[in-house]
Amino acid sequence: MTLLGLYNYWIVVVLMMIGFYIVIAQGNLVKKIVGLNIFQTSAFIFFISLAWREGGTAPIALPGVTDYANPLPHVLILTAIVVGVALTAMGLALVVRIHEAYGSIEEDDIHQQDDPQ
Amino acid sequence: MRIRNLLAVTMLTGIYSLVVAVLFVLMDAPDVALTEAAVGAGLMVILMLGTIALTTQEERRHRVRHNLLALVVVAITGAALIYATLDMPLFGDPEAPAHAHLSPRFTQESPEEIGIPNMVTSVLASYRGIDTLGEAVVVFAAAVGVLLVLGSGSVRGRRAKTAARSRQEDETP
Repeated sequence: MTLLGLYNYWIVVVLMMIGFYIVIAQGNLVKKIVGLNIFQTSAFIFFISLAWREGGTAPIALPGVTDYANPLPHVLILTAIVVGVALTAMGLALVVRIHEAYGSIEEDDIHQQDDPQ
Repeated sequence: MRIRNLLAVTMLTGIYSLVVAVLFVLMDAPDVALTEAAVGAGLMVILMLGTIALTTQEERRHRVRHNLLALVVVAITGAALIYATLDMPLFGDPEAPAHAHLSPRFTQESPEEIGIPNMVTSVLASYRGIDTLGEAVVVFAAAVGVLLVLGSGSVRGRRAKTAARSRQEDETP
């Protein structure tokens, strides 16, 4: 069954959808950022699994070895991890700021304070 | 079962990042795994701990919402993505298009050309150095953004405090 060889993509899709669901459905802003983080790591796993080769080794030159994993996606993901944590820091700073202004980090409370009915 | 305690959520996020780092090691990406362990499990957890220290540790209990719409959207998106993977090359296939063009160039020639055995470092610092500069710009922008967002809050708080104090002084004599 060759279709089973695609399982890495399916793990990525499942993780990505878990993150997506948390971002949409959770009312707590810190949990939303955790969901964003899960979504992000699923994209990282996608790229790293694309770079992996059967029978290859880590891309560090060794005498006598010719088969390495693709180093380019590794570099892209190194950059993406750092950028991702910068964005998370920004998001968490906004959460702190929202808590200062509204006294709550629950989406429902904030909407209610914005237009009370 | 739902976790209401945000401290537990933070711990689980850190553990998740470590598990992802182990996955990266298994997929021959030690550099990425180190970064994920240091940044994802270290720095991210510290940032989240700081946030829950400044806000609240306990998620407020509210009625359970049945978020059917969100579930439907997520299921449809997931199904579309799974359908899209059916055209992808198999996991670990050495003949995959991703390995055809740039990868041999980097893996065969960069050790002599740059003089570093670690190809990821050569690509990061030399072939794609401009990307790394862009990354530094993004990190700098995020740092400035965080300082602006949080700094204005403390300045405002101090201003509110001094205003309250001067009001008090006005009332006392």
